[in-house]
Amino acid sequence: MWKIKATNITQKFNNRLIFRDISFELNSGESLVITGPNGSGKTTLVRIICQLLKPTAGTVRFYHQDRPLAPEQLYPVIGLVGPYLQLYNSLTALENYKFFARIRGLPVDIRYFRQLMDRLGLKGRELDELRTYSSGMLQRVKYVMALIHQPVVLILDEPTSNLDEKGTEIVYEIMEEQKKEKILILATNEPGEIQFGEKQIRVA
Amino acid sequence: MNREKSSLARSRFALLSNAYYIFQKDLQLEFRTRYAVNAIFMFAITTLTAVSFSIGPARLKSMVLAPLLWIVLFFSAMSGLAHIFVREEEQQTADTLRLVTRPSTVFLGKWFFNLVLLFSLELVIVPLYVVMMNFSVANVGAFLLLLFLGSIGLASVATVIAAIISQAGTRGALFAVLSFPISLPILISAIHGTRLTIDGALFSDCLSDLQVLFSFSVVIITISLMLFDFIWRK
Repeated sequence: MWKIKATNITQKFNNRLIFRDISFELNSGESLVITGPNGSGKTTLVRIICQLLKPTAGTVRFYHQDRPLAPEQLYPVIGLVGPYLQLYNSLTALENYKFFARIRGLPVDIRYFRQLMDRLGLKGRELDELRTYSSGMLQRVKYVMALIHQPVVLILDEPTSNLDEKGTEIVYEIMEEQKKEKILILATNEPGEIQFGEKQIRVA
Repeated sequence: MNREKSSLARSRFALLSNAYYIFQKDLQLEFRTRYAVNAIFMFAITTLTAVSFSIGPARLKSMVLAPLLWIVLFFSAMSGLAHIFVREEEQQTADTLRLVTRPSTVFLGKWFFNLVLLFSLELVIVPLYVVMMNFSVANVGAFLLLLFLGSIGLASVATVIAAIISQAGTRGALFAVLSFPISLPILISAIHGTRLTIDGALFSDCLSDLQVLFSFSVVIITISLMLFDFIWRK
């Protein structure tokens, strides 16, 4: 059983208050949608949840079987896809996969990698450098890299940006699977995506 | 007790192997883009040529030869070593890296890459310096050791300063400005030691400079590893 508990998160940049006292609790099998107008701090909140940014006040803690996890224990737990999170464009998809699999301590399983590429509609592009990919294909390959360690917590910031209809369908399938037994967090304003969250936070 | 020991050994192994993967990835990226290599080597060769032409056929004394060599090495290194962190920030891959591994592995991997780059630069520049500047060293062993320890120190300073300035706006100017005062003990000892090796001093005469270079490198690497967590996490 996994749990995320956020308590009174407040964020200020210089003296500008972005949001104040955001709290939530998420358990395995639950999902959360973060909504709000542009510039309201959705991405900031996502970055705080992923421990990429320290909040001005408040805490975000991850628990496994009621035991709190240290920051270095979170690497295998979190998978993140976001517009500000890029892969190595001068490397091929396969080279990116090998790097991320090795650094995560996973065996390099080419068959599994090909399955993921196939699922995301990128079959046959494994040996191409990412700089030759279109923006939609880059968004798809970000999902491949975010899923290689089968994360317990999948966090998606603008999950379907740059994706076509087929790509959006694939991402919806991934989200549906994730929220069954694991934890899914979305930051979006798309009506079709908001329905994936059982809990909702509106930052304003 | 045994379980604690084996967990510590596993954690150390993971630290080193992950640092190696980061080094390998950076090497692969550098082979594709050649950004740092081009900057460093072009700067070094241009500077060396300019110095060599301005001096002409005059035979310089060790008091000038030693500082000139280290000035060329220092500024050439400064022209490209910052790239290792700046690239991660500019291409927005730094956060991707922050999500997958510990800060200390990132520092070690990047430090090793900068060290390899600096050694490669020296492999080219020192023989060219010998040919173009009539540079001859009487105590080659001590000179090579000075070069080795000096490079470790310079690579360590460059790596940690690169990590700091990659978060700032005015990156290019800040790097040399911040690196110079911190590298000063390395430069002073390396220049003094190199002068002694040119003049044929014994190994024991160069020992104090070697000790300073060694101690400084150990201190900088230790402090960098301790502080890197705060530098790397925003």
